[in-house]
Amino acid sequence: MSIEAAPHSTDLRQPAAVAAVIHPRWVRVTHWINALAMFMMIGSGWQIYDASPLFDFLNFPPQLALGGWLAGALLWHFAAMWLLVVNGIVYVTLGFATGRFHRKLLPIKPRAVVRDFLAALRGRLSHDDLTVYNSVQRLLYAGVLLAGVVIVLSGLSIWKPVQFKYLTALFGGYDTARYVHFFAMAAIVAFLTIHVALAFIVPKSLRAIIFGR
Amino acid sequence: MPQKRKAPTGIDAKLLIKDAAKLLPQPSRRLFLRGTLSVGSLAMLTGCDIVDGPTAENALRVISRFNDRVQALLFSESTLAPEYPESAITRPFPFNAYYSPDEAPDIDGESYRLEIGGLVDNKKAWTLAELGSMPRVSQITRLVCVEGWSAIGSWQGVRLSDFLKLIGADLRARYVWFQCAEGYSNTIDMPTALHPQTQLTLQFDRHTLPIAYGFPIKIRIPTKLGFKNPKYVTAMWVQNNDAGGYWENQGYNWFSGL
Repeated sequence: MSIEAAPHSTDLRQPAAVAAVIHPRWVRVTHWINALAMFMMIGSGWQIYDASPLFDFLNFPPQLALGGWLAGALLWHFAAMWLLVVNGIVYVTLGFATGRFHRKLLPIKPRAVVRDFLAALRGRLSHDDLTVYNSVQRLLYAGVLLAGVVIVLSGLSIWKPVQFKYLTALFGGYDTARYVHFFAMAAIVAFLTIHVALAFIVPKSLRAIIFGR
Repeated sequence: MPQKRKAPTGIDAKLLIKDAAKLLPQPSRRLFLRGTLSVGSLAMLTGCDIVDGPTAENALRVISRFNDRVQALLFSESTLAPEYPESAITRPFPFNAYYSPDEAPDIDGESYRLEIGGLVDNKKAWTLAELGSMPRVSQITRLVCVEGWSAIGSWQGVRLSDFLKLIGADLRARYVWFQCAEGYSNTIDMPTALHPQTQLTLQFDRHTLPIAYGFPIKIRIPTKLGFKNPKYVTAMWVQNNDAGGYWENQGYNWFSGL
């Protein structure tokens, strides 16, 4: 019986999953390159932060930091920045060019965000169709893109407060730009905490970002 | 004449120690990748032996040299560092070094000579009085430390490009190297040496440079990080080979431009 059923079952088992590519290859490749770049930027950034903390109550433990000491962390930070920025430009360009951003992230309506957020809290948010983002996802993915732009620009204004002095001025000067850079990091880390936790709660989403479907 | 040293005024002792301690070299500094191994996650990068300290360190240093070239391209001799009003000066202005303030070199201004060498027509050594008689420029600019903090100070002295022209330096040479009394040293690129705000500094806030800020001579470069602004300078060489520097040789980025 099982022998007879086998040829049919491969066709019938998951027709929807076979048809729909959730994440095209370029999304998956840039996603994982970005994950690696983020890991290096955040780890080394925490080590750099510790050299001159912005808040008395906050120091990052050395076990979580990358680079071992300030010079090492700076080497990592200014090496990984190329990976982050080049990969980010490819991702954002393709995101607009293919219409993926428009298709996946819009519209974001406040009422729908509240509705989906409350549904998520009650554990009633559907994950049956991973090709469609719910409103909370749309808001968070658009938000983290914005935080990505802010962290790169504020980082440039800290790195080059003379050559890019107008950019630095836009962030309220050198010292303020450091705080902007820090809070953009904090926003990204908060996003990552939710993002990674949900990927493990809904394992098929993790499979989709690795295998595409 | 301003050769007689004054005790540094307006310097907070606690701040001095705190800032000095932060830059103290750690015994682990040569092994800066050790800490990363405990993260463990780096192992996922591999296939190759990137977790092998020296290999990764070399790769990172190659990228750091690449970043030197990028920064040299971004640098413009006509782009000036922002200048600030007197009211913006950070008081007390922090002392910063890899040693405590009482270990700072105590140089006798009367017998001091600035040695000149390398690709220069006139290698005569300069006294403080001779340097003090040259036309003076002033700036109130932000000093940005590699650690992240910044402070606004007021510096007066001789424009370095004027001095280099006066002594007949070969302005096509690639580097200017500074030797300091305590063993510190720095090499800077010629375009930065010729930048209009790069200053052979004799005064802080219109008073003779206090010991804490580099008596008798500091090189003030508002287009570079603080550690590329040598204090207690005793010799200046114009040359084509890169002689490195105290922190640069330990892994800090060479160009360190702002």
